[in-house]
Amino acid sequence: MAQYKLVTCTINGKKRSAMVDVRASLTDMLRNDYGLTSVKKGCEVGECGACAVIIDGESFNSCIYLAIWADGKNITTLEGLTHEDGTLSDIQQAFVDETAIQCGFCSPGFMIEAESFLQNGKIYTDDELRKLLSGHLCRCTGYENILRAVKKVMHSRAKTE
Amino acid sequence: MIVGKSYARVDAYDKASGRTKYTEDLCDRHALVAKIKHSNVAHAIVKSVDISEAEKVPGVVKVLTCFDAPDCLFPTAGHPWSTEESHQDICDRNVLTKHVRYYGDDVAAVIAEDDIAANRAIKLIKVEYEVLPFVLDAQEAMKDGAPQLHEKYKNNVLAHTQIKKGNYEEAIKEPGLIKVEGWYETPTVQHCHIENAICYAWEDNGRIYVTASTQIPHITKRCIAQALGVEWGKIRLFKPYIGGGFGNKQDALYEPLCAWLTTQVGGRLVKLDCQREETFANNRVRHAIRYHIISWLRDDGTLAARKVECFSNQGAYASHGHSICAKGLGSFNQLYPCENFEGDGWTIFTNRQVAGAMRGYGMPQAVFAVEAHTEDICTKLNLDPIEYRRKTVMPVGYVDAFSKNELYSDTFNQCLDKGIKYIDFERKRKEYANQTGDVRRGIGVSLLWYNTAVWPIALETSSCRMVMNQDGSIQVQVGETEIGQGADTAYTQMAAETLGLPFEKVHVVSCQDTDVTPFGTGAYASRQTYTAGMGVRGCAEAFKQHILEVAYRYTRMQPYLMDIKDGNIVRTTDGRVLMTLGELATKTLYDREHNEHLTMEKTTQIKSNAYSFGCCFAEVEVDIPMCQVKLLNIINVHDAGILINPALAEAQVHGGMSMGIGFALSEKMLYDEKTGKLLNGNLLDYKLSTMMDHPHLEAQFVENAEPTSAYGTKGLGEPPVCPVSSAIRNAILNATGVAFNELPIRPHLMYEKFSQAGLF
Amino acid sequence: MYDVEAIYEAKTVAEAIKLRQEHPKAVIIAGGSDVLIKIREGKLAGCELISIYGVDEIRGVKLEDDGTLRIGSLTSFSHITKNELIQKYINVLGEAVDKVGGPQIRAIGTIGGNTCNGVTSADSASTLMAWDAIIELTGPEGVRRVPIEKFYLGAGKVDIHEGEIQTGVLIPKTSYENCKGHYIKYGMRNAMEIATTGCSVNVRLSPDKKIVERLRIGYGVAAPVPIRAHKTEEKFNSAPVSMQTAEGISKAVLEDVNPRDSWRASKDMRLHLCSEMAKRAFIEAVRLCGGEI
Ligand SMILES: Cc1cc2nc3c(=O)[nH]c(=O)nc-3n(C[C@H](O)[C@H](O)[C@H](O)COP(=O)(O)OP(=O)(O)OC[C@H]3O[C@@H](n4cnc5c(N)ncnc54)[C@H](O)[C@@H]3O)c2cc1C
Ligand code: FES
Ligand code: FES
Repeated sequence: MAQYKLVTCTINGKKRSAMVDVRASLTDMLRNDYGLTSVKKGCEVGECGACAVIIDGESFNSCIYLAIWADGKNITTLEGLTHEDGTLSDIQQAFVDETAIQCGFCSPGFMIEAESFLQNGKIYTDDELRKLLSGHLCRCTGYENILRAVKKVMHSRAKTE
Repeated sequence: MIVGKSYARVDAYDKASGRTKYTEDLCDRHALVAKIKHSNVAHAIVKSVDISEAEKVPGVVKVLTCFDAPDCLFPTAGHPWSTEESHQDICDRNVLTKHVRYYGDDVAAVIAEDDIAANRAIKLIKVEYEVLPFVLDAQEAMKDGAPQLHEKYKNNVLAHTQIKKGNYEEAIKEPGLIKVEGWYETPTVQHCHIENAICYAWEDNGRIYVTASTQIPHITKRCIAQALGVEWGKIRLFKPYIGGGFGNKQDALYEPLCAWLTTQVGGRLVKLDCQREETFANNRVRHAIRYHIISWLRDDGTLAARKVECFSNQGAYASHGHSICAKGLGSFNQLYPCENFEGDGWTIFTNRQVAGAMRGYGMPQAVFAVEAHTEDICTKLNLDPIEYRRKTVMPVGYVDAFSKNELYSDTFNQCLDKGIKYIDFERKRKEYANQTGDVRRGIGVSLLWYNTAVWPIALETSSCRMVMNQDGSIQVQVGETEIGQGADTAYTQMAAETLGLPFEKVHVVSCQDTDVTPFGTGAYASRQTYTAGMGVRGCAEAFKQHILEVAYRYTRMQPYLMDIKDGNIVRTTDGRVLMTLGELATKTLYDREHNEHLTMEKTTQIKSNAYSFGCCFAEVEVDIPMCQVKLLNIINVHDAGILINPALAEAQVHGGMSMGIGFALSEKMLYDEKTGKLLNGNLLDYKLSTMMDHPHLEAQFVENAEPTSAYGTKGLGEPPVCPVSSAIRNAILNATGVAFNELPIRPHLMYEKFSQAGLF
Repeated sequence: MYDVEAIYEAKTVAEAIKLRQEHPKAVIIAGGSDVLIKIREGKLAGCELISIYGVDEIRGVKLEDDGTLRIGSLTSFSHITKNELIQKYINVLGEAVDKVGGPQIRAIGTIGGNTCNGVTSADSASTLMAWDAIIELTGPEGVRRVPIEKFYLGAGKVDIHEGEIQTGVLIPKTSYENCKGHYIKYGMRNAMEIATTGCSVNVRLSPDKKIVERLRIGYGVAAPVPIRAHKTEEKFNSAPVSMQTAEGISKAVLEDVNPRDSWRASKDMRLHLCSEMAKRAFIEAVRLCGGEI
């Protein structure tokens, strides 16, 4: 018999609760219970990064994270980066401007990852950035413009700090 | 000018905000889930299938086997259909098969309320096989006595074609010729689009509706109908945004099966979502091709005669079949024309998973072979690799007798010059000449030539519909799909350019719906900007003419005295704005005398196509004892004609280069010789490059306008992959003196070759 | 969704032990980056789980009174790498686990899971071996400490008794004092990679930096479980800091390692790499200790 648990957490700044099948991954919960379809499924075994979300400041692959563990956590998905009025955050805008998006399937993961390590206004070298983004696979872009977009935001945030 | 400017993608905002809906995002979450029982043997006849245990699993709705499947053979290739039987794709598949031809073939399916129930049931299905011997290697499969896959194809030869020019046998008798001979081999690789193939199907009013992540909606619709043995009009297919395709989704994958499954459960919604492991093991792959090249050269390197044999591993079913091998074979004597040429291409069935279309369509393989071989010639004859290529490559003015395609400009030299300058080729080549030590550097080059689109081998057509709104903006629809490459943005620019509209006033309908979208065959062959470009222009020209004729009613000016500029009807003689398009559209739409909805629909058949050119330069550092290569620098230079959108073009090149780097250094599907099972079918064991495996990717262009093209463009989608592996291979040769004739040049191969060469 | 019969959640070590006793067949899940994969592959499908992910008391790194460095079993790789005590006393461990998968895997994967999983390719294992780590297990009978070399019983098998969970990984002071090490992970790409082989070497040098006082070499994927190169270590303890020693180590390790042929790499290739990596890791460890070769 299916077993359920009440999971209460903050998602994109709002407190949310739902009865969740304990067998669900966090990907399942975010997509099915909250309609947050920016959380993509590319492998469901932690290998591609398409499902990444920020949990308490760190980026995780939600496909290999049990939904029940989300209880009490603060979760951000790509939807949460977009401002209330629909304007894009600096990272999203940089991805648009630097042509870092093609098919777009990997893009939510990359933008979420970038947000997770650019929160502190730190400057990283190219090699460090490549490493920080290395848990995400993209078949369309060769990563070139993604790196360019992330660097652009990193520098502009450092300037405004 | 709107064409030629780097507009942001029309879908960029939605993709950046995460609201773009892909197939799975659109599917009702209560859909039934279908899972497939894949065979665990490579070759067998299914004797019986016991589903009794599987049916008992709570949540299981239906279990179906190959004995239930419709007895209709169907093709899967994303080719335009042909009304001549001899040109039709081979029909050799059933939605579920009684004759297992590769490890993982589809023998049964479960439909259940959720994936856990479906997976549990799949495990409980018991299949009894009469196991047959199997063969994985193409040349082994051609031998007498090898296991036979398809009755009709003796010695497993799907097709054999020959190209002959001059007289090879006579020509090699010329005294003093130097013979250079080599075998070159490319691996089986997978597309690895990040969105797996997925579809869902249901019935509506006696018809079958399918939503699928496909590159080829109209073709897939036809394949589904053929698979189910129903009238083609019974199928309606929707294609939403897709998370990459690269040719894998230029095939009917599981859409026919899914469509059939819905009919077995009373038309209820059934979702068939390939898992990553299935994308690897049960979708399509790139053909592994083995080449044998013999060149006969004079002292100065001129080619007296050349012979090429290609053995292309098709795997279990025909899919795109021989066209891939044939495309590559045809390239040898065009890239480096030779008076006396003999070429043989075989496409051979084996008990491996099915090879289909993949970005480059046989050309990454062929370019690797010919450019590795060209480097071997230079090494053996001690010739400068750049000068040699300049001298022997396809000359300006070259016309292909069959396609009538032509090389109009000095593009090879222009591309080479740009690449040489960027990477500092001459200096580095000298610097790296006599290295010793454990860590050595090298630099290499490769040319690229690519024949885009499919005319005259197959039909080239594009239909386009334009519909005007009351505000003078338009919707544009074509059958050539957006698959991430940016086609919708290019169409927007083209339509705006020709119609005289601002960019913002053109809305491309991205989702194809085969009930609504005019016929077009889809995204493949690097044909979108060229072919659909003509479709868009053809429709836009006619539409403009028509609009001006309608404008005459309200302006009383002759159509030839008017033009559309920036969304206004303008009198050309004095430049006066007579009315806006919005005013015209509204007036005529609500006109009680001459009511008309301004629309245009047009089919453009295309009987030309274009060559695309380029080159790649790569610089590497090889750590010999560690058997590791580090790519230090890489540049691709392309002549794709006029760039519709330079930023998007650059991004296309990056992606292609990345795929080329993987092809060169790391990607390979490994099969167990004992069982035929794929060993590394996941994204951890299959080595797709990560961001840490790439250096900066440099993309540059030479823009020679293509005279035959609606907007001066030639194809660019596939070419960037093609020259990369050979440039890297030639750079490693330059660094170490070791010629790798097999891809990928991964540590295992380096260990073997460096040991042999006594480098440790 | 994961095919799981039931999940029991523990918030404390005591609860975890109780659940272990109540459900002896249930599988422990920490970060789940091995367990969930196995469920999906079908190997563990239908299992019951005891989740210890919420047992915060075994998270984090501490220095105990006697100088022992205690790494709580639930500490994630990313937190190990970022930890100041780790950086100070056993930096190589932080570097080694920073080579696991990619950033998101390092955020979820725990050192307890990495060791309890029992696989030879675990990135923390060769370093923990080379630093004589002690595994702490807590069960109904109390706490048990096992040297890591004894903890590994065979491929995928570790010494955990019924009712126990691993609560800490300990590095004694004698192990880390005046010691520096280097880890080389050999993989087919630079991220998202399971080690083809891994080699972790650490040295303690004489005060004048001329003699190798203590040499310790750990390997992953050089045998069915992580191993130490004891023969080589014995041979080169007290050897001079020199290129000759480095070359000697490189040859000697071939007596210690015993890798297998598999589709991932041949035995010959692994042997060749084991040898080359020992040399390079040794040279780097010496350099970190202030020695010169
Ligand atoms: C995409 C991907 C890439 C990876 N790359 C690497 C890599 O590069 N290097 C590497 O070493 N590993 C890698 N791994 C494997 C995995 O991340 C690590 O082994 C990780 O340390 C496991 O920790 P966990 O907490 O997630 O373990 P779990 O999956 O929760 O548990 C692993 C095993 O340990 C047991 N266990 C866990 N904690 C305890 C405890 N406290 N007491 C008793 N038993 C316990 C579990 O029962 C299980 O048998 C990768 C995994 C994935 C999915
Ligand atoms: S879907 Fe989660 S990492 Fe691939
Ligand atoms: S944009 Fe398509 S996978 Fe990254």
